[in-house]
Amino acid sequence: MTTNEPRWLRRGLIALALAFIAFFLLLPLVAVFVEALRQGFGAYLRALQEPDAWSALKLSLLVAAIAVPANLVFGIAAAWLIAKHDFRGKALLVTLIDLPFSVSPVVSGLVYVLLFGAQGLFGPWLIEHDVRILFALPGLVLATIFVTFPFVARELIPLMQEQGRDDELAALTLGASGFQTFLRVTLPNIRWGLLYGVLLCNARAMGEFGAVSVVSGHIRGLTNTLPLHVEILYNEYEFVAAFAVATLLALLALVTLALKALLEVRHGDALAARARH
Amino acid sequence: MQIRIDHVVRHFGRHAALAGIDLHIRSGELVALLGPSGSGKTTLLRAIAGLEPVDAGQIHFGERDATTLSVQERRVGFVFQQYALFRHMSVLRNVAFGLDCRPRRSRPTRADIDARALELLARVQLADLRDRLPDQLSGGQRQRVALARAMAIDPTVLLLDEPFGALDAKVRVELRRWLRDIHDATGYTTVFVTHDQEEALELADRVVVMNAGRIEQVGTPEEIYAQPASAFVFDFVGHSNRITGRVEGGRFVAADAATSWPLPTPQADGPAQLFVRPHDLMLDAQGQGLAGTVQHLWRRANRQVLTIAIDGQPEMLELDLPLHDASSVPAAGTRVQVAARHFRVFPVAA
Repeated sequence: MTTNEPRWLRRGLIALALAFIAFFLLLPLVAVFVEALRQGFGAYLRALQEPDAWSALKLSLLVAAIAVPANLVFGIAAAWLIAKHDFRGKALLVTLIDLPFSVSPVVSGLVYVLLFGAQGLFGPWLIEHDVRILFALPGLVLATIFVTFPFVARELIPLMQEQGRDDELAALTLGASGFQTFLRVTLPNIRWGLLYGVLLCNARAMGEFGAVSVVSGHIRGLTNTLPLHVEILYNEYEFVAAFAVATLLALLALVTLALKALLEVRHGDALAARARH
Repeated sequence: MQIRIDHVVRHFGRHAALAGIDLHIRSGELVALLGPSGSGKTTLLRAIAGLEPVDAGQIHFGERDATTLSVQERRVGFVFQQYALFRHMSVLRNVAFGLDCRPRRSRPTRADIDARALELLARVQLADLRDRLPDQLSGGQRQRVALARAMAIDPTVLLLDEPFGALDAKVRVELRRWLRDIHDATGYTTVFVTHDQEEALELADRVVVMNAGRIEQVGTPEEIYAQPASAFVFDFVGHSNRITGRVEGGRFVAADAATSWPLPTPQADGPAQLFVRPHDLMLDAQGQGLAGTVQHLWRRANRQVLTIAIDGQPEMLELDLPLHDASSVPAAGTRVQVAARHFRVFPVAA
């Protein structure tokens, strides 16, 4: 120990930090499960078997199942473009990728209302052709894709930049086509970082509230995702049901956290540079 | 395969990385591209490989115009400075990569590919390490895997970018000799880039000295060392001393000096610089040389090196004496006179 603070100060600070963690991180998590099980395990299971809860779960999974692969492809494409090529406007593109992080999700949702709403830019055309985007699955997916776009790209850009272009060039000199190079060299080089990005992207896609809330319309059994369903139940004083559904989201968070930690331990050197700092 | 490079130009923005390169590399030759960083040597190597486009000029592989061919079509064996081994593949799969990527109709069977890769690994003495990952190899071993991988596609030419740059001194010398053996055994036309003149002179059949996007001189190591074509080459290849002055009536007169030295070959009058190697300088007891004061004495292996401040010269001279003359080495602060056995004089643009 190189510091010379008195022992009581060191102990005090450690205790303070632990108390802080317990109060702000651990306690809410425990509270979710305690509240959900307040009326027993049977009530908990019944709340999860509600048709509306079921459809919210299925909708959340469906939205994530579309948005995450889409962002996987977009993220790889954007990272590949930025890390392996030089072009004008690169800095602008990097800034744009971060936009969803800096904009409030509610604003992102409102943008879609402005674009696709009845009074929006494309509204009349959409009504005429009977295409539903707002208050339907497409709107939810669009809003989710927007909000979760940076996760994969952000993870891959520094990783690919650090790896440089030589591996790909070497593959080309050895006669590999562009596609073979991507499949056999680029993709394996980024696989763990990609998995890491997808994990975070998925967690956010399932948990997103703000943007989705604006475009959803809260139609029970139709356009309610899990987080929206929790809010509705809570507002209707269905506390057990609300917390029961919330446990699903909490479990997802725990699984994500566990997988993330596992990746960092097992493949930390193959993740983006920040994992090593 | 012989390679002909005609008037090749490459610009990065307004900077000319290659300012008109003409070079003929003969089939089976081992050629070094030698120059300081920024001289364009790596750009030239990458242009030959097709990794760098050219703005003007042609590159021929044999009779075939390769200027517009893609990297894949050129079939060059390129060894990258950091080797660029595929980190998720075993050593064997790295070497086999070029064959694994062939289109199905021209791809050998898996057994044939593995046999060929193993044969190459045996040639670079790494057959035992076939199942290792690149991370588990030393720098020298990685270098050899990279070379085996490049040779697996039976390349038209082997191109190596600073092949020994990332290695420590001892491994460097070993690998250098070993690369020469491999070259002699396989007969591949080989071009390598280096900034280390010793490496270029020891290893290459011919050395191409580059500076600021141009070729300064092409020649055998002996020619480059003994008959440098320009002040740059003299200065860059081997240790050298520079004395400023002028040429007058067939003699070189150092600035502010009473003595002058006759030129070996006639040259026009005008401002000039004299270049001389440290071991071509000697202490002159007859009082015919340049006057100066001994500044420092250094021991270097079995040599004695003196630095001498010559009167009226901006740069100190370095003088290299064999150690058996050590009894006559003057102490620091002694006034001495210096003469030269061999030297070259290059005119200075006014």
